[in-house]
Amino acid sequence: MAARLAVSRWGLAPAVYRGPLVSCRRWSGASADTVYDVVVSGGGLVGAAMACALGHDIHFCDKKILLLEAGPKKVLEKLSETYSNRVSSISPGSATLLSSFGAWDHICNMRYRAFRRMQVWDACSEALIMFDKDNLDDMGYIVENDVIMHALTKQLEAVSDRVTVLYRSRAVGYTWPCPFTMKDSSPWVHITLGDGSTLQTKLLALVSMQIGADGHNSGVRQAAGIQNVSWNYDQSAVVATLHLSEATENNVAWQRFLPSGPIALLPLSDTLSSLVWSTSHEHAAELVSMDEEKFVDAINSAFWNDANHTDFIDSAGTMLQYAISLLKPTKVSARQLPPSVASVEAKSRVLFPLGLGHAAEYVRPRVALIGDAAHRVHPLAGQGVNMGFGDISSLVHHLSTAAFNGRDLGSMNHLTGYETDRQRHNTALLAATDLLKRLYSTNATPLVLLRTWGLQATNAVSPLKEQIMAFASK
Amino acid sequence: MWGGGKLSYFGGRFLGVLGPGCRSSQTKGPRLISSAVYSKNQLSWTLEIKPGVFNEYRNMWFKSYRMTFSCLNRMKSYRYPWTRLYSTSQNTVDSSEVKTFLALAHKWWDEQGIYAPLHSMNDLRVPFIRDNLLKVIPNHQPGKPLSGMKILDVGCGGGLLTEPLGRLGASVIGIDPVNENIKTAQCHKSFDPVLDQRIEYRACSLEEIVEDTAETFDAVVASEVVEHVLDLETFLQHCCQVLKPGGSLFVTTINKTQLSYALGIVFSEQIAGIVPKGTHTWEKFVSPEKLESILEPSKY
Repeated sequence: MAARLAVSRWGLAPAVYRGPLVSCRRWSGASADTVYDVVVSGGGLVGAAMACALGHDIHFCDKKILLLEAGPKKVLEKLSETYSNRVSSISPGSATLLSSFGAWDHICNMRYRAFRRMQVWDACSEALIMFDKDNLDDMGYIVENDVIMHALTKQLEAVSDRVTVLYRSRAVGYTWPCPFTMKDSSPWVHITLGDGSTLQTKLLALVSMQIGADGHNSGVRQAAGIQNVSWNYDQSAVVATLHLSEATENNVAWQRFLPSGPIALLPLSDTLSSLVWSTSHEHAAELVSMDEEKFVDAINSAFWNDANHTDFIDSAGTMLQYAISLLKPTKVSARQLPPSVASVEAKSRVLFPLGLGHAAEYVRPRVALIGDAAHRVHPLAGQGVNMGFGDISSLVHHLSTAAFNGRDLGSMNHLTGYETDRQRHNTALLAATDLLKRLYSTNATPLVLLRTWGLQATNAVSPLKEQIMAFASK
Repeated sequence: MWGGGKLSYFGGRFLGVLGPGCRSSQTKGPRLISSAVYSKNQLSWTLEIKPGVFNEYRNMWFKSYRMTFSCLNRMKSYRYPWTRLYSTSQNTVDSSEVKTFLALAHKWWDEQGIYAPLHSMNDLRVPFIRDNLLKVIPNHQPGKPLSGMKILDVGCGGGLLTEPLGRLGASVIGIDPVNENIKTAQCHKSFDPVLDQRIEYRACSLEEIVEDTAETFDAVVASEVVEHVLDLETFLQHCCQVLKPGGSLFVTTINKTQLSYALGIVFSEQIAGIVPKGTHTWEKFVSPEKLESILEPSKY
């Protein structure tokens, strides 16, 4: 930065060149559209939570917030007996956010499952890592997405004087303001909805990049000129709700790295668990279509089968384990086996493709990307929705301070503060997740040896484990 | 490197030099600010000097300096030959200053442009004004903390400070002698329906407010203005005249010290070109002691 101390007049080149926003039109005069302070485009968990957090923020009492939700309004009169197959792992940091606007209380009144321990181990060796907190505090919570959505909807209704929610509406076009203020040109973002109506906003929070019925790689990002780094994994995830053979305390999350991909079992109740199995596209399609008994057998053998072990790796692992036990007298817990699965809930098997995505810039004048619009991650670390909630936390904090300072909400000043905060965190997490995924996708001996020893060593170093847990639970 | 907000006060008054933060695509000029809050009908008044805490700006160029004021500099007389006397008041508008600002009238709202230092100063000025006004408001509404307050922004320029105050709920009247500035300000606020109602702009001088209308205000803000006026004493007198009893006067300006000459004029104008040449004349800078000496003896 010191090198950029230019002697010339305003000639300092920005470190990040933000290209001009494409499709910038001049609008003459003030039109009759409503001018909102913040429009959250794209609902879902992250969009609804963003609108909720802003609505409940004390400095936003007299501001106008709009949430554009593509789906219909879901009214949950009674909690259904059967658990939904889409669940999310909520970190303590996200739980704090949800409780800051009262949604967590609703979730507690419905249902959720806390887990206190996490065991992650390899299929190709005996190496494992066990995460838990000192007093066996809750490490995280498994909550169904429907439950979270319902809690958010209830809290949105509580602030309906500030937050308007438009259901079944989706933005089909955005017009960005000109980069420099020109006379007679409206400085706001113009949004056109599917039904043809238009509105203006001082700040657009983009949660979903979909325009109309496009896929999630839509033209919005191109129109906004934001570079995106993304690739598809050669894996799809299969989710299902499983019945366990016998009721257990079920407060442990299990994940085993198979060469084809990680398989995870997340606790839902004493007798139920949720499955997330990432595997190749063909295998995933097979799993979804095979009959129940074979499916259950496949799951059990995935967790218990030691066929991928090799003697070489086993002895190498034992050697390091011995060395560690010499250096560190406390006994490292032995590998435990997850509960066995008895059956699968009917019609609960679904698959979805996986990929990685990261936007190079999270903000533009009057636009901020949060949630899936900004990043997309492999579910192996259970961080997808937590990253979105983290984005919300940071953005609401910056917007709240800006509002209290009377600043223009769309000003790049505080938006870049949000971008820096979140890019630092998210890039690290994305890189780590991608690295883990690649490292564990093979059973080539050198890599297996490397990761076996690495995992054992990490398991032995408690401060390192605590750091990892702290980073993941923000 | 500048250690963020760790400036500590020692004994008497001091000035924190604001290191400008260099964000990747913005620069802000260094400003030395002394601000005074003067409450009418109070025997004593507080001089609050705001050390700049730019905690948003991550990369700092300049080291911070701690200085105590040396001696009071004698101010040269401001009376220029072309000053007109009409009725009982004197015109404090300096026409050469008017010319300077006329040339830049349309550049107010470019946040990376010439007026970027003023934009970034809002981070200091607005909390300063807001917090001091909140002290006198008994119970304020969250979201609109300054609602119910009438504020006069003297020398509002393009409305850089007027708009944040309006957003915080106050009813603000912004005045500026340069017509073009008012037009720019008017245009900018017209797009926001809320601000449109709360803010009113008038192209006039302070004297016209004093003479023509009998309006009084809860607060008068003269931010970065006193170094551009002709007659400082008269100007401040008029400010006090339009204040309600118990109202507050906020003055922010560049201090008159050797450092401010070095940084504010030599560096900012001539070397780095952060501020256009001729914007400031060092002789017209005002030190806090000068302000104090003017305000204290007055019957306000």
